[in-house]
Amino acid sequence: MQAFAHLIDRLTYTSSRNAKLALIADYLRTTPDPDRGWAMAALTGELDFPAVKAATVRRLMMERVDPTLYALSRDYVGDTAETVSLLWPDPPVEPPPPPSLDEVVAILSAMTRANVAGELPKLLDRLDANARYALIKLATGAMRIGVSARLAKTAFAQAFDVPVEEVEEYWHGITAPYPDLFAWAAKGEAPPDLDSVPLFRPFMLAHPLEETELDLTEYAAEWKWDGIRVQLVHVAGETRLYSRSGDDISHTFPEMTDALPFPAVLDGELLVRGAHQGGEEGGAASFNALQQRLGRKTVSKKMLAEAPAFVRLYDVLLADGEDLRELGWQQRRAALESLMDRLDPDRFDISSLIEAEDFAALSAIREKARDDAIEGVMLKRRDSPYVAGRRTGLWYKWKRDPLLIDCVLMYAQRGSGKRSSFYSDFTFGCWNGDPDKGAELLPVGKAYFGFTDEELKWLDRHVRQNTVNRFGPVRETDKSLVLEIAFDSVHASKRHKSGLAMRFPRIHRIRKDKPAHEADRIEALQALVRD
Amino acid sequence: MRDFSWIRAEPHGIHVTPCNAWVDPARPVETALVTHGHADHARGGHGKVYATAETLAIMGLRYGVEAEGIPVPLRESVDLGGGVTATYFPAGHVLGSAQILLEHAGERVVITGDYKRRPDPTCPPFEVVPCDIFITEATFGLPVFRHPPITEEIAKLLTALEQRPEGCVAVGAYALGKAQRVIAELRAAGHDAPIYIHGALEGMCALYEDHGIPLGELRPATGADKEEMKGRIVVCPPSALNDRWSRRLPDPVTAMASGWMRIRQRARQRNVELPLIISDHADWAELTDTISEVNPQESWITHGREEALLRWCQLNQRRARALAMVGYEDEDD
Repeated sequence: MQAFAHLIDRLTYTSSRNAKLALIADYLRTTPDPDRGWAMAALTGELDFPAVKAATVRRLMMERVDPTLYALSRDYVGDTAETVSLLWPDPPVEPPPPPSLDEVVAILSAMTRANVAGELPKLLDRLDANARYALIKLATGAMRIGVSARLAKTAFAQAFDVPVEEVEEYWHGITAPYPDLFAWAAKGEAPPDLDSVPLFRPFMLAHPLEETELDLTEYAAEWKWDGIRVQLVHVAGETRLYSRSGDDISHTFPEMTDALPFPAVLDGELLVRGAHQGGEEGGAASFNALQQRLGRKTVSKKMLAEAPAFVRLYDVLLADGEDLRELGWQQRRAALESLMDRLDPDRFDISSLIEAEDFAALSAIREKARDDAIEGVMLKRRDSPYVAGRRTGLWYKWKRDPLLIDCVLMYAQRGSGKRSSFYSDFTFGCWNGDPDKGAELLPVGKAYFGFTDEELKWLDRHVRQNTVNRFGPVRETDKSLVLEIAFDSVHASKRHKSGLAMRFPRIHRIRKDKPAHEADRIEALQALVRD
Repeated sequence: MRDFSWIRAEPHGIHVTPCNAWVDPARPVETALVTHGHADHARGGHGKVYATAETLAIMGLRYGVEAEGIPVPLRESVDLGGGVTATYFPAGHVLGSAQILLEHAGERVVITGDYKRRPDPTCPPFEVVPCDIFITEATFGLPVFRHPPITEEIAKLLTALEQRPEGCVAVGAYALGKAQRVIAELRAAGHDAPIYIHGALEGMCALYEDHGIPLGELRPATGADKEEMKGRIVVCPPSALNDRWSRRLPDPVTAMASGWMRIRQRARQRNVELPLIISDHADWAELTDTISEVNPQESWITHGREEALLRWCQLNQRRARALAMVGYEDEDD
């Protein structure tokens, strides 16, 4: 555990990607099995200890320190795990020596809701502040050390000099602590056998299109649908549904796992039925409707009937045992079209191509896309193979322009992590009538990005100098500052006082020039609702 | 009846009304009582300054001689007029740092200035002075602040140096006090190689040496050859770490010696790769233990994270209040 904690500590203070790779690779080479496998699982976010929740850790801490002192500390430090690691009192008697990572994983896995309150403190007592931090991060599943799963796998590949693409392919078929993977990479043994496993293949992704015009003879255009990107994999009679990050979400959409009857790997957009996207051709409901179904462990019959899912297909990676990824997009598209007859039309349709004479014509079509509430346009090179990740020049996404509205800054809260000393979470509102006739501001959203570092410093200073009230960590400002907020869409919501919820709001511009009473009214935002 | 009306906390300093003197005032005054030489406590432009000889020397170095400096020996009472006497006691913060005991009409008030309770080879240790009102700092007034023993942090620094024979370790340290303490502790740990220092530290290091604190062989980093700094420790003000100045250094590990380094994000915000938790301020245990030991009728808290220390006083049935003081900074310690 000490070596792992030391790694986490070093990674925290290392910003260069190469230096991070070197640290992880060095750890993987010098650490014995199975500790290094567990470390990989931790870095790639594959560990889950359901009995240990951030709230549990917080509660255990509160039993040991005054709640006000805890709250002040947490507010200052900006991170629960770190606060607890620093505040945890030294045990009254000498504890047993620190455990190995393997031992830690075993103890955490054996914990239940019933015994966690007794077991976790014993583990924390055996560790120093650094290792306590690593332990809490590990147990609650949020490392947040600037290491993505992809980076960890790259480091693995670098450590043992094997191709990262192979590591990624094998990854989804094996489980921690990956003895076969280490045996293959470190000791040159045979690779893991994955032919009968429904493997997730990393998605091909697109770059944003920035001020370039593309030749439509080279690129095909299709709609970018506002659902969630999924991959359907059917192997040996079993179908799995994977989300963009490779999470298995089959149980959330059982109707889809029954729908693919032959061996294939398909790429598409998961949507639920409704008359919102795609017009009268039997389109999809808004993203809001899809969201009602996301993140559920079980699905009721009612839900299945009211909001049935379907997949709008973009691409085919494998079909009938043949790997099509090396082929150009045009050929894969033809293969996909030929598969449609074999698929249930209630569960699948094909994402239609946009017929446009040239780029200007496409641009005009895209302008109108707002009405159909689709996310934008995709441009795919007609000869592009299906490659994992974001390769320059092959696929582009051309999102519609964001919606904009002028709001007034109402509250601010200090951020987490790197922003823990800055007021960087902003709540803003619109007027519920004529501000000159006594209308009030109603909060309509919250944003914590969109600004530059310089703007953040300015906003932080503005908040500190214009605070009229404090509620714990939250500051209420004098409501003098207008912020231009960009957002993708707005929906009716019962959760918010204003009755509206924005999707993906961000701070677009600070309008120092605009007086607060000229900010927009709620009606302006309501007019943009397309539910 | 005790009322302490002779001492008032104003936003820019503590005013001792019978003798019209100010303690660590944030703006120029006729008579100033200065606890120590850090710029946020010792400002220029006063008429008369009562301080230890070391503090006056530091102020002289920083501002030139402009005020009428009256050196106050430790533990000797000085009559300030108006029935007020002042006695200075060591605060253990930096060279020359003192707590000030003020007495008037049988009432005793101690103002700590900044202080710490850990041993420091560059200044005499803090002394507990009984009093009615204890005016304390609270820079690290949160229970998350527990400064580790300095020997551990110095060992970390020396290990990093060993691992980097082809580079150097650049240590950002406050120019008055922290820099000299780090150097003196490195010497105590047996590190006798030359240490390179930023130009902004030269005057203060020389002043420490003049006051009998040996710092070993120091060489100017400005103008030094990249090659000769390989495998060496370079000490500079924190602001120089991310400045163009640091480009002259051979492949440096960026270290910073500060109590704030206890918090990961604080270190990350400053791009620090090797955080060294070394502070010249009292940590949480030192602050609370000191209040218990001094056992005053009332504690006043000048600056820092006063809310938490107030809460601790409340939990421990101690009277306390926070003074809204301006101008004290804590960012670099």
